[in-house]
Amino acid sequence: MIRAVGSHTLTLVHDLGDFALFTGRACSSALGARRLGRRIVRAGFEQGVRCLPVILIVGMFTGLVLGLQGYYVLNRFGSEGLLGTLVSLSLVRELGPVLAALMLVGQAGSALAAELGIQRNTEQIAALETMGVSSHAYLVTPRLIAALLVYPMQTALFVTVGLWGGSLSGSLLLGLESSVYWSSVERAIEAQDVRECFTKAVTFGLLTISLCAYHGFNAHRCRGATGARAVSASTTRAVVQSSIIVLAADYVITSFLI
Amino acid sequence: MGSDTPDLLLRIDGLHKRFDDHIVLDGASLDVPRGSLVTVLGRSGTGKSVLLKCLADVIRPEAGSIQFDGKPLNMDDASARAEFRRRCSFLFQSNALFDSLTALENVALPLEQTTDLSDAEIRERSLEALRQLELEAHRDRYPGQLSGGMQKRLALARAIVTRPELVLFDEPTAGLDPLRRNAVFAMIAKYQRQFGFTALVVTHDVTEALVASDRVALLDKGRMRFEGMPAEFSASTEPVVCDFRDSAAALGTSLAAIRRGEALHSEDS
Repeated sequence: MIRAVGSHTLTLVHDLGDFALFTGRACSSALGARRLGRRIVRAGFEQGVRCLPVILIVGMFTGLVLGLQGYYVLNRFGSEGLLGTLVSLSLVRELGPVLAALMLVGQAGSALAAELGIQRNTEQIAALETMGVSSHAYLVTPRLIAALLVYPMQTALFVTVGLWGGSLSGSLLLGLESSVYWSSVERAIEAQDVRECFTKAVTFGLLTISLCAYHGFNAHRCRGATGARAVSASTTRAVVQSSIIVLAADYVITSFLI
Repeated sequence: MGSDTPDLLLRIDGLHKRFDDHIVLDGASLDVPRGSLVTVLGRSGTGKSVLLKCLADVIRPEAGSIQFDGKPLNMDDASARAEFRRRCSFLFQSNALFDSLTALENVALPLEQTTDLSDAEIRERSLEALRQLELEAHRDRYPGQLSGGMQKRLALARAIVTRPELVLFDEPTAGLDPLRRNAVFAMIAKYQRQFGFTALVVTHDVTEALVASDRVALLDKGRMRFEGMPAEFSASTEPVVCDFRDSAAALGTSLAAIRRGEALHSEDS
């Protein structure tokens, strides 16, 4: 029992160190990387444009549901006029960055882990190394930089669409005055809230994309699986761990910034 | 250095590599003269691919030394490693082509990532490599849209576009039928002479190797058991060489018998 706990702890510490080294190497590879701009644009397209529909749809429905639930709760206290405050603060401080990150993990993160896993399996990563090309600089660094740019943009879009969803619920369906909704939104959001939102978005982007890249890149080291099964196992692990790390990091950041 | 001593581009001396308890290379040594086509023969699982991957620094050997162009190769020295990789290319058994890049993008990749050439120069050199390998018409196709032979040529185009001095071929004929095996060896020999690079091939196809190579070596149980000219290999009476030659011949006979059996069976039915 004690041996098993010790073994698992050692494995966890080793994996954490390995992940930190992997991320550090990917970041430091940005210096001196050739033709990085093009690859950042391509990665930005994959993480940004391809994920746009899911961000818009989930953002809209989150806003609609928040508007509905918020209206009926506030109505009990005769405070429907604060619907904009409730929707905007919920979205900007918590739901926007968290849900946008989870959507990006589901779409861009899983695709990244699977792609790198297949590239590892088919020796494409080894081929890069034999050519003298840094596989970190070529495959991981552009994705990380793109994530730092795309996650805040996608989060801002998610929040904006969510606010419109809240307005649709409150004003169009439930009869709340539109100007009342938007003026309470305007009064509620402060610069500190926006800073918190973007801090979370950048942190989630860095953590989730590097975690997904790490699992895909090391698919050949997947314990108890090889080949296609290793790719599938590493992709699943990447998505599950990224989702958990988003929520854990959200708690840590919130407790520091609140 | 005597006049009869060959000008060596690569010298491998006493390489050792093990995976857990399994010893794969047990002091493997090999000399590769400049401008020659050297083939390392051996049964499956004797460590031929591991030997090449040690050379390409995909796998680190535990002991032994490698001399490239007369200088010891220290893979821990980043600049020496970069210099070696600039002068050496590796052709993987699986071709290792980037399936999300077109043929032209695949060939251009090493130039884009390792040189300071302009976009126009990179395109010109990549197109030239595709032209030389008779693939120019397929430059916008993805590897998955090309036949097996074309993929092999595309991998070779990517390997030679940087104008390397040494090209390492890992089982280039694995999984191919006899006709295609011949074609691939003919292609390697043709382009090796045309471009003048030194080629080190590992394979278990004896017949093709003996015809195409300048020198052959036999790797068995982690060590080189024979090194010499193809004619010397054919005439050798060393038991390990005879065993390998005989087993290859026996395989050919068995395959012929199976084919004859199939033919009889089809006649019966």
